[in-house]
Amino acid sequence: MALIKCEDLCLGYDGREIVHGLNFSVSAGDCLCVVGENGSGKTTLMKTLLGLREPLSGRVVFGDGLRKNEIGYLPQQTAVQRDFPATVSEIVLSGCQCRGRFGFFYSKDDRALAAENMEKLGITSLAGRCYRELSGGQQQRVLLARALCATEKMLLLDEPASGLDPRVTESMYALIDRLHGEGIAVIMISHDIAAALARATHILHIGGDVFFGTRDEYLESDVYAGFAPRDCGGDGGNAEDVEERGERD
Amino acid sequence: MNIFAKLSEYLAFPFVRFALIVGVLISLCSSLLGVPLVLKRFSYIGDGLSHVAFGAMAVAGVVGLTNEMALVLPVTVICAVLLLRTGSGAKIRGDAAVAMISVGALAIGYLLMNIFSYSPNISGDVCSTLFGSTSILTLTKGEVVACVVLSVLSVAMFVIFYNRIFSVTFDESFAKAAGAKTGLYNLIIAVTTAVIIVLAMNLVGSLLISALVIFPALSAMRLFKSFRSVTVCSAVLSVVCSTAGLLVSILAGTPVGSTIVAADIVAFAAFSAVAAVRGAGGRHAAGA
Repeated sequence: MALIKCEDLCLGYDGREIVHGLNFSVSAGDCLCVVGENGSGKTTLMKTLLGLREPLSGRVVFGDGLRKNEIGYLPQQTAVQRDFPATVSEIVLSGCQCRGRFGFFYSKDDRALAAENMEKLGITSLAGRCYRELSGGQQQRVLLARALCATEKMLLLDEPASGLDPRVTESMYALIDRLHGEGIAVIMISHDIAAALARATHILHIGGDVFFGTRDEYLESDVYAGFAPRDCGGDGGNAEDVEERGERD
Repeated sequence: MNIFAKLSEYLAFPFVRFALIVGVLISLCSSLLGVPLVLKRFSYIGDGLSHVAFGAMAVAGVVGLTNEMALVLPVTVICAVLLLRTGSGAKIRGDAAVAMISVGALAIGYLLMNIFSYSPNISGDVCSTLFGSTSILTLTKGEVVACVVLSVLSVAMFVIFYNRIFSVTFDESFAKAAGAKTGLYNLIIAVTTAVIIVLAMNLVGSLLISALVIFPALSAMRLFKSFRSVTVCSAVLSVVCSTAGLLVSILAGTPVGSTIVAADIVAFAAFSAVAAVRGAGGRHAAGA
């Protein structure tokens, strides 16, 4: 049984369809990377998985003990947050808030969970610091710790490395790999195809042609051949792929 | 006669004590709500809603309602809900919507007051509604009780939903994704804001309400770094400034509303100065 299964999902807004025929599932231990060009519906898909908007048709089924609202979400930062007066611990604690129970104030368990997740991400020493004074990488860690407070099974990361410099990006990805290694399923939306291919077990490619399959299937697919950047190098294509693309152009 | 003797003489009058009670409560409520409103980029909502209340008051006057609040409060609440509704479906959003409703209500209100003039001194009426009047010194016991009840309710709301308000303000999509009823919390913020603004019109008048909402929060944000300390500081500062402003206006005979706002501005300047000194000191220490 999968944690999340999407059946014949059709997404769009104002009645205008962006992408249709999405069928995919995410099981425990998977790392699904969602790739595609801007405007292909990545963000809309993410919002649908989170229950922030309804699909035009089709459905999202939660299973294997994962309840709706139990996805830990790492959003892209907003302008409001950049100058928000709040300490790191206040923000991480706010992730504990919505664990399906009634209560207006934080319990001892909540505080313990927040402390544990701050420890896990190495930000315990920042607990009393003001969020707006932190570096971009530190802020991402804070938001990731908050996401971990909201979930035990699945993280949804929206462009986790956007706006970070290369060194910090590396350590952010290392952190994500570690969490994935500890058994949390990860859904990651990314522009960075090389980074996506380096860690994905499955790839969902949307926009134009829809593709869902394992990473290796994706590397062999026509969709990848038509999409992957030429200068991908490293994890990207091999010489064959490059030749194939050359012919297409 | 020294100031304290004069003050105690004034404080012997019940209407002065009423004014102080109402002033303290309203400034407390508005400063608490000010923090999330400023952070949500809704600084001008106080201004917009108070103009709506002004327009509604004009309509109530034209229609000849004896109890203006019966019309003013519901209209303001509805507008607050519409403005703060952050649904993505809205065609005109945020600052534009606030500006539109604000200016529109002000114009329509003034127009109606002129066309159907029901009082011999329109400009006097308009002036006192906009800038506050001495009406805070003529409050009846019933009005004071109503104000106390509504203020206590607002503060209770804020305390109970404090953590929710924090997460809805900091990151609405995260909160919603995690299952929080963000719509409900936004509604609570909107309704409470509207109630406070209608109450505050008595104190400082339409035009100066924004000051009560934004100045304490902005001052507190200059110095403090956690949401909790900003909230507490904003509340304390607002109460202190209002009390000082009221006392000065009673002693010196200055207009109540503008005196209170002047006190808030002085506090903001002082906080900014301290923050600047501290910032320079911090940089200096770091450099050394």
